[in-house]
Amino acid sequence: MDLRFTDAQEEFRSRARAWLGANAPTPGTLPSLDTAAGFEAHRAWEQTMHAHRWSVVSWPEEYGGQGVGILEWLLFEEEYWRAQAPLRVSQNGVFLLAPTLFEFGTDAQRSRFLPPMASGEEIWCQGWSEPDAGSDLAGIRSRAVRAPGDDGWLLTGQKTWASRGAFAEWCFGLFRTDPEAERHRGLTYFLIEMRTPGVTVRPIPQIDGETGFAELFFEDVFVPDDQVLGEVGRGWNVAMATAGSERGLSLRSPARYTEAASRLVDLYAERLRIDPVRTVRNAEAVTRAWMDAEAYRLSTYWTASRVVAGGSVGPEASANKIHWSETDLAIHRAALDLLGPGAEQTAGNRWLDGFLFALAGPIYAGTNEIQRNVVAERMLGLPRG
Amino acid sequence: MRFAFTDQQLEFRDALRQALEIECRPSDVRAAFEDPSPRTPRWSTLAEMGIVGLTVPEQHGGLGMHMLDLVLLLEEAGRVALPEPLLETTALAAPVLATAGWSRSGPWLERIAAGEAAAAVAPVDPAGGAAVAGAVGADLFLLHAVDDAGRPELHALPAGAATVEPVASLDPTRRLGIVRWDPSPATLVASGEEAHLLLADLADRGAVAAAAELVGLADRMITLAAAYATERQQFGRAIGSFQAVKHLLAGAQVALEFARPVVYAAAWSLDGEEPDRARSASLAKAYASDAAAEAARVALQVHGAIGYTWECDLQLYLKRAWALGGAWGSSADHRDRILASLLDER
Repeated sequence: MDLRFTDAQEEFRSRARAWLGANAPTPGTLPSLDTAAGFEAHRAWEQTMHAHRWSVVSWPEEYGGQGVGILEWLLFEEEYWRAQAPLRVSQNGVFLLAPTLFEFGTDAQRSRFLPPMASGEEIWCQGWSEPDAGSDLAGIRSRAVRAPGDDGWLLTGQKTWASRGAFAEWCFGLFRTDPEAERHRGLTYFLIEMRTPGVTVRPIPQIDGETGFAELFFEDVFVPDDQVLGEVGRGWNVAMATAGSERGLSLRSPARYTEAASRLVDLYAERLRIDPVRTVRNAEAVTRAWMDAEAYRLSTYWTASRVVAGGSVGPEASANKIHWSETDLAIHRAALDLLGPGAEQTAGNRWLDGFLFALAGPIYAGTNEIQRNVVAERMLGLPRG
Repeated sequence: MRFAFTDQQLEFRDALRQALEIECRPSDVRAAFEDPSPRTPRWSTLAEMGIVGLTVPEQHGGLGMHMLDLVLLLEEAGRVALPEPLLETTALAAPVLATAGWSRSGPWLERIAAGEAAAAVAPVDPAGGAAVAGAVGADLFLLHAVDDAGRPELHALPAGAATVEPVASLDPTRRLGIVRWDPSPATLVASGEEAHLLLADLADRGAVAAAAELVGLADRMITLAAAYATERQQFGRAIGSFQAVKHLLAGAQVALEFARPVVYAAAWSLDGEEPDRARSASLAKAYASDAAAEAARVALQVHGAIGYTWECDLQLYLKRAWALGGAWGSSADHRDRILASLLDER
């Protein structure tokens, strides 16, 4: 065991820090990515990163990456959050779909989809949830039938809560291709171009008033056969690989939380000087939030070391998702408590934005209640039902 | 960066687990409730396996290994609520005496490695009273004092040099006692700055070692409760199929999953004398104490009334977990230390 990084890893970190220091936009200067203008501004940042091969460091060079390992990716993430660089508008693609494409995609699919994903030219959204299929994802009803020319599928139905759905160019979605099969077995995973005739997008304003997600309506939308990811009828398995990335190592690197926890302690120290009597009452909440972030960092390196050694991440991803989502909330609640009566003020209040963002964490990527079922059934062997 | 144990460390863990499954069954822990002597045939077995002398330098008959080699073994000790003082002897007394490196430490180290010296170690910060764990029946006492100028001293005493007044514990295998003794030049191991550093090291080691045992205990309690929930039927189905029960156990399991790497990282920090080792040790103890406390509460709740009986083996692990939760600093004590160190950096 050695928790220090190698010289080569430290050198990689220094390069990342130097590049981000010179190129990352001043924190807080880009408009929200959940607005049309903000979306494009964030896309431009993705393009800048891509031009210098920092957008997808862990991907092979042929697809626009640097071909580095998972530990280097974690170091890059630490530097990214340290620089307070912009949120990744391409996150559904690079963090969720890409690992799935590497695992299940054909060579042709990887060559077609990964480079424009890396460059920000094509931004992806996720079409999984439906009005009547949220936690019960296998209950989805949107369906796909063979197209008359037998060269693809016609998709019909409704998807909802598609983050970045209002502005994205592409969507990865689950549709029922065999209504007769057992409900987990009749699903297929499609890659859908949003401008295909028959796709209608209805933006949904989120709790903060911005258009973070959308409803998607499909009416006989043609999708060619080469845009099926994995086998027809095996969509559930492919989707669970994506969900593993969403809950596990890929979507939420610990840097996001350690950076916020460090700012939380800064805030505590600052408030302690101004109003010590009130501030010390928050000592436990602040310390616990910092501890949870630090534990997440260590746990991630523990898991990453297992992956580097050839291991895999199973139902632990569900435990992980519970932990990071609750940590995010704990950090931001502690900060708002420290701010006291000032917490409700929106102007320049990054903690409030972060709090609203954190509130979604226990809901998306499968609610934490569903994750607790997974932990109980698959880690502890409790009976289903 | 390689945050993983070696195959050899994992094999040693597996070997101990196998041995303890036979040698430390719940009935054996119950027997130790009645007769809590520290040096049992089981202690001899552990000494023969090299475990008691694991941290004793090779020239004194041990294996010359470190906290990182021991941490998984302490977790196994916790899993079975091992009644013998592996924590006090192997995790604390041996490394501290070996660091002191005094000529007078040598004979003690050899006796430890031979399984002939079970240690009791006074907590550095005796919150909650001055009772010393492992004191009743101990062969070796590691105690601290202050000299006339108020500087710290560390002493090693043989059994005859101290009198022990037993103090009842919820867990009789803790062998608590008030130790009365007089510091003398003959027992002095270290003084002044050296003693100060050794005592700081002792506090960190105590925190990490107790954290490792708590992780093993939490795992055992969750495993027992999950097994019970799978077997126990109500409303015509296993109670483990109810989400209310699942979510209790899942919460405890998540806490345990995140405590483990924290404890392992702290063991690594201790061995490497990393600059943040005190904070790592505090994080480990606070996290493991909380995880074990949650596991204990949940395991008892899932067992229902049967878990509240003397007959149910769960009590053996509950009591050890409650006792170790406060030993070597409570969760709150360590959170304080963590926050202070974070503020110091600013």
